[in-house]
Amino acid sequence: MRRPLIPVGSPFQLLLLAASFALAGYAGVRLLADDWFGVAVWFVGAALLHDLVLLPLYAVADRAVVQGIGAAGHREWAMYVRVPAALSGLLLLVWFPLISGMVDRRYRLGTGLSPEGFLARWLLITAVLFGGSALLLALRLRRATKQRPPAVH
Amino acid sequence: MTRSPSSPGFWRSPLRGPWLTSVLGVVLLGGITVLFVTGLVSYAAYNPNLAPVNDKTPDKGILGFYLFSWPTDPHWLYRLNQGVHVTLGITLIPVLLAKLWSVIPRLFALPPARSLAHALERISLLLLVGGALFEFVTGVLNIQLDYIFPGSFYTLHFYGAWVFFAAFVAHAVLKTPAAVRNLRRLREDDSSDPVPSDPVPSDLVSPRPDPPTVSRRGALWFVGGGTLLLFATTVGQSFDGLLRRTALLAPHGGADPGSGPNGFQINKTARYAGIDTAETTEDAWRLVVTGRTGTVRLSRAELARLPLHSAALPIACVEGWSTSDQWWRGVRLRDLAVLVGYDDDPPDVLVESLQRRGAFRRAALRANQVADPRSLLALYVNGEDLSPDHGFPARIIVSAAPGVLNTKWVARMTFGDL
Repeated sequence: MRRPLIPVGSPFQLLLLAASFALAGYAGVRLLADDWFGVAVWFVGAALLHDLVLLPLYAVADRAVVQGIGAAGHREWAMYVRVPAALSGLLLLVWFPLISGMVDRRYRLGTGLSPEGFLARWLLITAVLFGGSALLLALRLRRATKQRPPAVH
Repeated sequence: MTRSPSSPGFWRSPLRGPWLTSVLGVVLLGGITVLFVTGLVSYAAYNPNLAPVNDKTPDKGILGFYLFSWPTDPHWLYRLNQGVHVTLGITLIPVLLAKLWSVIPRLFALPPARSLAHALERISLLLLVGGALFEFVTGVLNIQLDYIFPGSFYTLHFYGAWVFFAAFVAHAVLKTPAAVRNLRRLREDDSSDPVPSDPVPSDLVSPRPDPPTVSRRGALWFVGGGTLLLFATTVGQSFDGLLRRTALLAPHGGADPGSGPNGFQINKTARYAGIDTAETTEDAWRLVVTGRTGTVRLSRAELARLPLHSAALPIACVEGWSTSDQWWRGVRLRDLAVLVGYDDDPPDVLVESLQRRGAFRRAALRANQVADPRSLLALYVNGEDLSPDHGFPARIIVSAAPGVLNTKWVARMTFGDL
């Protein structure tokens, strides 16, 4: 008995994946029926854009923050920057069409609501997040400089 | 070789490991299952197999196997379903991003495949990740009216969901046992330990981790914080008044478009739908009702002299936002059916609007929806005439139906089995 060049692996896994591909194929031909190229670009592009652009970008930004703060000798402060930056970035990512104003006309015409204010509200939330983080850090530093902080309730 | 992402040493975060990935995976297992089910329920709510005008996916084949006649009880059914679907989807975004981050080293792992089964699993992961992002992105864009995706939202989001779900089920079957095992084994481990010590050997654990800046539990709080922030700034768009104002960034958060009886949220304004006010005057507008015994034409004044009834029903949109119950007043659909020869057996009805644009300017309602005593051709809301944006001269309002099936600016109703 010669061993195959590539091992086959678990037969259960093969059967499961075959069933999964068959169902995905059944839905997939319908998904691709109208504009197969456009949909394929969106489908694969979403994965590539996330894995090869978005994730490296925020990972590099995070590393820069940690190293920058680390150079100042306070690595443990990284979360005070990371948390507000990530939360603000998350809101921008999710609500980008509204915040950027790219759907202003349709939004106003469709809903009867004012499209103004999304950018301002996002900026204010961002200000609160960073401000709150700064305040927490300041309190922590104050507490650290006092030898025995009195218990305040 | 540590400069190449295919080298394990390239990935330095001390947070990666079976514990974090397993926790996030189990959360997504539950969350995405709810998203899929509420999505299928919402699809059924359109009654796509009732009439071609309701069906944006006529070649669905067996994917419509579970379809059923959409009920009219409870009257908040669609409001709840869609609020959960959209709000949960938005709040899962940080969990999804964190999960993808936690397993990113595996994208670059070498050799590309250890076996045929492993090769197929990696191809399946493209459908899983691509499918998840495709569903989340199309959903998030659609609720912001940013229709830049390549096709109709209904078609893309529905078929895309099935492609994604096929890969999701396979992934869940293959990985859930290990995830549960990891969590059990690690339960005793103190996860607040600043130096993570995953006792389970795993390719996810960095062989040369950076010193930690946060504990694993802290990292989970971080993800949970993102989820909580999105939830808090979104969920209010499913309620009125002060709660709506808390939805700071959601499309239908903040202030209502107007004040007074017609001040509540609008899906598409009269201007957007291309309604010409000259068509809706008392002289110009006639409701054309057709059925077994022929055609009846009614002016708005004539409609107002028919027996009027009231119903307290919400507007609930596929986009996830909704209003609280509004007080509608108008003619029962089943009374209109009587006018054209359906005395005690209300049939289906095809409703056509004056509107020029919109995928649902024609929509069909099923016999059970027509028969419900709360189903109205409304002339008034909250004690006043309907405003142009809420469908003057007359609009449909049906209990538990998706907002877009509550046709506004009704021009023609054709009763009969569809």
